[in-house]
Amino acid sequence: MQFWIIQGLNSLSLGGLLFLLSSGFSLIFGLMRLANLTHGAFFMLGTYLGAVILRDYSGLNIWVTALGAGIVVAALGGLFERLVLTRLKTNPLGQVLVTLGMAFIISDACLVLWGGDSIPVPTPRNLQAPTRLFGFIFPTYRLVLVGCAVAAALGLYFLIDRTRLGAMIRAGVDDRQMARAVGIPVSRLFTVVFCLGAGLAGAAGVLGGPILSAYPGLDADMLPLALIVVILGGIGSLFGAFVGSFVIGFIYTFGTTLFPELAYIILFLPMIFVIAFRPQGLFGRVGA
Amino acid sequence: MRWIATAIFAAVALLLPFFAGDFYINLASQILIASIFALSLNLLVGFGGMTSLGHASYLGVAAYIAALLTTRYGFDHGTAALISIGGTVAMAAFFGVIALRATGLGFLMITLALSQVLWGLAYRMSNVTNGDNGITGITRPAPFGLSLESPAAFYWFSLIVTVFAFVMMMIFISSSFGSSLKGVRDQPRRMAALGFNPWMIRWITFIYAGFWGAIAGLLYVYYNKYIHPTSLSTTSSAEALLGVIAGGSGTLAGPAVGAALVLLLKNYASAYIERWNMLLGLVFLFIVLVMPTGIVPGWHKFMARFRGRSS
Repeated sequence: MQFWIIQGLNSLSLGGLLFLLSSGFSLIFGLMRLANLTHGAFFMLGTYLGAVILRDYSGLNIWVTALGAGIVVAALGGLFERLVLTRLKTNPLGQVLVTLGMAFIISDACLVLWGGDSIPVPTPRNLQAPTRLFGFIFPTYRLVLVGCAVAAALGLYFLIDRTRLGAMIRAGVDDRQMARAVGIPVSRLFTVVFCLGAGLAGAAGVLGGPILSAYPGLDADMLPLALIVVILGGIGSLFGAFVGSFVIGFIYTFGTTLFPELAYIILFLPMIFVIAFRPQGLFGRVGA
Repeated sequence: MRWIATAIFAAVALLLPFFAGDFYINLASQILIASIFALSLNLLVGFGGMTSLGHASYLGVAAYIAALLTTRYGFDHGTAALISIGGTVAMAAFFGVIALRATGLGFLMITLALSQVLWGLAYRMSNVTNGDNGITGITRPAPFGLSLESPAAFYWFSLIVTVFAFVMMMIFISSSFGSSLKGVRDQPRRMAALGFNPWMIRWITFIYAGFWGAIAGLLYVYYNKYIHPTSLSTTSSAEALLGVIAGGSGTLAGPAVGAALVLLLKNYASAYIERWNMLLGLVFLFIVLVMPTGIVPGWHKFMARFRGRSS
């Protein structure tokens, strides 16, 4: 029983991380019609920044670090969007290719700067003691991580559904031309959403550090998970990303513990199933 | 003029082993393999309008099947090659059914996700694939009793296969099926209204591209006598895609030129710096921002302007 509960919690915390990663990916895709292949690299950059900062300044806590790394990655993403992506407005394929090029550059830069050995990220000291709940023992940090994801989901929901900025983003997702025509600065919106997505990925990288640790190739491990989440949940749908993240979190965690060799095949089954019967994803809209 | 240039090029390609050293012969073999691979990807990207970021799957899987069958299960090369091609084509058919549920960026994401899954499998299923150590001890086949061990022999073998592949793909493109493929790329709805089945046309092309990817994979594994999960990685798919786009997608010779350039760049750059991935990323940015239509169309445009000025 303890095994199932612990693995269940591990799945939830991985799902939470995946949501932080894929919600940004999904928003960017929904608004900009851009498959941002740099997303895994943004996540990895966040993890490395977190690992290095927490190693060198042990006094800082992980939340401040996550916020700081999120801002750095968001700024980098914003620069990339302004300097490169806007030049390729009329060339959607070119946009995807430069995000891929950027992913190679970032992941190689991490290798140059921080070497090939993995760098662990310490679990925050006040969250190291396990929590006892209903007679079971839980690692506290993972519980907190699930809480973070839920908080982020609520925050994003509030931002998208209840604010003026969110209304503009939704208008841009639904009909870019029309949104422009009524005076919404869609191009500036692109930058905002790209920064937001990149920042979320960077912050998620720091928060995932204690579970995953920073290592070369982390980006290549995370990007397909984000892709599968988004394909599963439906492109451009926050709710879809939420559900998809936890589904993939569960499948991946239980897959790797129960059938370590076949985890990747198991991961791929729900994707095939969804694509076969609902190509737009579970919560995607037709034509989006 | 054009014929003379072609004849000179053909003569150089044919006689290369007589005047070049082993290093350059091997480099030329690698270029041939990379150009078959890029040409097969170009069927999808250039003529079908389906940008795949998972083409390394076919090269890698064909190479792995052939390597496993010959080293571990004692198959002879001919049978192993046939099973490898058959298996890879079957996989392409299956992946095609999945990926072609979507078009455009959805297609790209699905092909990328599928190829990443295979890459992960190659790393983690270490009792089958030997994981990060790769598979060693692969031998080259000896078709009709002719040994391919020497660089020159392997080069000529690759040259024959490449010419055959090039001709076969050229026939494919200039056939009426090729025309319908281009029609589906440009106007899928009109083609459907005319009674064509766009899905079927795309699927057949997908499988055909997978077939030539498998051929490139066999040559690749015979050349290297070694196979490692990196041959299935996104970097490997991206290199081929860069070759196609740098050379000019949708042209016949472009991708071969592009693949040759990427390979030369990789070889020369890695002699001086270790940072191939970073350089690859920068070249991607450069090509997309500066010459989005590719080198071969750019060259044609340049020559046309040059002729126009001189006459």
